[in-house]
Amino acid sequence: MPDLLLELFSEEIPARMQARAADDLRRLITQRLLDAGLVYEDAKAFVTPRRLALAMSGIPAKQPDMKEEKKGPRVGAPESAIAGFLRSCGLASVSEAVVQHDRKGDFYVATTKKPGRAAIEVIAEIVPDVVRGFPWPKSMRWGERSVGWIRPLHSIVATFGPETEEPEIVPFSIDGITAGDETRGHRFLSPQPFRVRHFDDYVAGLDKAKVVLDRERRKQIIVADAKNLAFAQGFELVEDAGLLDEVAGLVEWPIVLLGAFDAAFLAIPPEVIRATIRHNQKCFVLRDPQIATLVNKFIVVANTESEDGGSQIIAGNERVIRARLSDAKFFYDTDLKTRLEDRLPKFAKIVFHEKLGTQAERIARVEALAGHIAGSIDADVQKSERAARLCKADLLSEMVGEFPELQGVMGKYYVLAQGEDAAVANACEDHYKPKGPEDLVPADRISVAVALADRLDTLVGFWAIDEKPTGSKDPYALRRAALGTIRLILSNALRLSLTGALREACGLQARGNSNISANWELVVCELLSFFAERLKIQLREQGARHDLVDAVFALPGQDDLVLVVRRVEALGRFLDTEDGQNLLAGYRRATNIIRIEEKKDGREYVGNPDSILYRQDEERILSTAIASVKTEAASAVSRENFAEAMRAMARLRPSVDAFFDNVTVNVADGDRQELRENRLRLLNEIREATREVADFSRVEG
Amino acid sequence: MIEDVPAHMRPQRSFQGLILALQSYWADCGCVILQPYDMEVGAGTFHPATTLRALGPKPWKAAYVQPSRRPKDGRYGENPNRLQHYYQFQVILKPSPDEIQELYLRSLYAIGINPKLHDIRFVEDDWESPTLGAWGLGWECWCDGMEVSQFTYFQQVAGFECAPVSGELTYGLERLAMYVQGVDRVFDLNFNGREGEQRVTYGDVFLQAEQEYSRHNFEYADTGMLFEQFKMAEDACRKYIDAGWVTVGNTRRHLMALPAYDQCIKASHVFNLLDARGVISVTERQSYILRVRELAKACGAAWLATPGGGEE
Repeated sequence: MPDLLLELFSEEIPARMQARAADDLRRLITQRLLDAGLVYEDAKAFVTPRRLALAMSGIPAKQPDMKEEKKGPRVGAPESAIAGFLRSCGLASVSEAVVQHDRKGDFYVATTKKPGRAAIEVIAEIVPDVVRGFPWPKSMRWGERSVGWIRPLHSIVATFGPETEEPEIVPFSIDGITAGDETRGHRFLSPQPFRVRHFDDYVAGLDKAKVVLDRERRKQIIVADAKNLAFAQGFELVEDAGLLDEVAGLVEWPIVLLGAFDAAFLAIPPEVIRATIRHNQKCFVLRDPQIATLVNKFIVVANTESEDGGSQIIAGNERVIRARLSDAKFFYDTDLKTRLEDRLPKFAKIVFHEKLGTQAERIARVEALAGHIAGSIDADVQKSERAARLCKADLLSEMVGEFPELQGVMGKYYVLAQGEDAAVANACEDHYKPKGPEDLVPADRISVAVALADRLDTLVGFWAIDEKPTGSKDPYALRRAALGTIRLILSNALRLSLTGALREACGLQARGNSNISANWELVVCELLSFFAERLKIQLREQGARHDLVDAVFALPGQDDLVLVVRRVEALGRFLDTEDGQNLLAGYRRATNIIRIEEKKDGREYVGNPDSILYRQDEERILSTAIASVKTEAASAVSRENFAEAMRAMARLRPSVDAFFDNVTVNVADGDRQELRENRLRLLNEIREATREVADFSRVEG
Repeated sequence: MIEDVPAHMRPQRSFQGLILALQSYWADCGCVILQPYDMEVGAGTFHPATTLRALGPKPWKAAYVQPSRRPKDGRYGENPNRLQHYYQFQVILKPSPDEIQELYLRSLYAIGINPKLHDIRFVEDDWESPTLGAWGLGWECWCDGMEVSQFTYFQQVAGFECAPVSGELTYGLERLAMYVQGVDRVFDLNFNGREGEQRVTYGDVFLQAEQEYSRHNFEYADTGMLFEQFKMAEDACRKYIDAGWVTVGNTRRHLMALPAYDQCIKASHVFNLLDARGVISVTERQSYILRVRELAKACGAAWLATPGGGEE
């Protein structure tokens, strides 16, 4: 069975787009082939900076024959309609059509056979289509051509044929670029064109022409060589998967070289050295495994074997890195000359958001809110306020201007350098955390207080000016802010009333900003449900049942997230027991009866049942049980012992069962209606009692 | 070919030698070698030979040095790499030829960068000029980790699609010269390639200017006048645009696209100065950029109605 080899050879494809492009090429071509009835055994895509390639094997030489049925007019339809139908299907007379019956009557159906086409013809149509519609994040035109590609497309290899035979060239061309069987090797090391036939000789030919086709192999070579070079010096590579991905997309023939910089630069914070070398130069840094600190070496991955063994390449990179580190050192030294609080006045001129005032106003709010929160979570109030005051100041430093990703980290260094408390310094860095769902959550209470204040101020502010997230749009990352708040609270088991904190945040906004006319109670209320929604999503991701989360949030005043989660957990465990299941069954039986009767009578059965009207022991026993269970559960809940509250609930079970076994709620006609109504009220008490722990009506399954 | 030139003209030791080598290389490639535009601009792209000539169907090949002013980048001559005034060498090839990358690499070879000894790479870098309403895709060209040029395929200029597409190459001359001369501080560049008493450095030529202009740009530039000038340039641009439109037969022609565009350049530079003086707030900044862009768009539309823009 024939194989297909396709290569789209272009100018340099951006590294960050390569992996995705290879996937897209494989997915789109294989899908189109399958749609055309062409199955295949295997398909692999490859990508280098200059080529996208696809190797497919085991494609049949020809499409299967296809039968197409076409439904025509009704039997007995006007002559002209039938004639038109026959013409359109290429039939000579109506006898060549068959009659089929469906609900609407008898119809003529023509079956036309479509013989399968040669696969190579089909491929010749599919590839240009896929190329023209390729989903690049941004494609471009060049010269006088109209076709779009990520960068100018120069040549196409497309061969098709069985492994053992000379393949054919798939006949197509795209905007004047005609598919052939010639490719090129490395831009500098082997630029001359060469012929390729099948995938095997393509890979081997490229290898000889100094191109490693497989991205994973390039990555392996880079990592292995880098580790060896480091090891030979007694050091260790600081691995960096993101950088490795990028670098593997910048080279066709990776040559790993070791360079050095002046050890005096090691006085700069390691984060800065790494950011400088990584970000600007796309080089790796090394560390001393003994003392786990950076050393004055770096690894550069060149794309060429130079005639002098790389000495000029190393020298050139060393010069650039020296210049970059000098810049960094200059920024660092300059930054250290200004105390952070002296930078603060500048914030008065920087707008945070048109409607939410300046950065200075925001910092003042966060400071006050951090103090308020600190007081309720056992954090040092003064230090929390100090940290909140200083934690944004590094945004105005030269270093963060240069490397925005170092915000917070630099704050920490500068705060330490001016002799402040270490916890204040750490909060400057850590209040940004967690930055994403994978990021660690700070534990130090001062960091936590500032982190919460920062997020709550943001949430309240944007909510008040009606910039809430909608659908996929969340320009101010408010969902992330809410999720961060939730994680900060839960992983530190903070007993914080969100309502209280939100009200405080609203108060600060309202006092500081007379331009906003928001309904602050509504803001608090909506944000609480926003938190509930985020928490639900998070708990669900962790495997908790969403209905249980709903069952808990349906209770009033659920703004203590730690308790919500504990209650959900206790409820889950309880419902896993037989007692739990039975109580749930009893609850449902009771509510079903009430619902039906209430509907029938057009009234509600609420309020206390009258003990005088009890006629059977089971009623009295149930009534007593409910009363005592309610008290016990309430007391357990007030002690935040949800397991105990659930256990108390479970004790309802025998009396509920006995009641249903022996008491007829709908007493027969002629008996006294009061008894029936009283029994319905008693059943309602079961529902009321369970609300101590959860709203059982939200529980599913 | 480098060996043919006298020592003081070699790019490895002479800043002017580097410029001349690039000029003669691109002249050999069929470019017209223009002189700098006689107005203050932020980059070589602003030269009408790029901005306007990139629009319309007519082929065009040009190369020129353009002094570029970035008021905000001044460092009082104290930073080894940053300047408020520097030179760009700009090449524009329309339509971009298939072998444009090879042409570019050969230009590096012409100034002494041998790809057999150096690691030359094309690293993604998309270009956008919000003030010109222009964008393109391309790369930074790296030589041993140093960015030595920008390479852009213009997709849109002044809000109009480019068809055909121009290829634009921009060499940062000081940085490139520092690289080929092996110098770490821009002011130490050998400007004239001479040694001893005859040697003139980049610092001899420009250090004082960097100090004086940094003072001017950050501290003293007359903001009242600048605000006024911005307004005047904007008004003049619109006036010339309006006055230039005529109808000839069935077609609309424009008779003053170039003078109008000069005012757009002027407004852009004045805005950069105001920005350096820190008197434009974040929100205002956006609206100034938009105002310049509107001028650029109007100029682009006007240019397309001139012979240079393809309207014969």
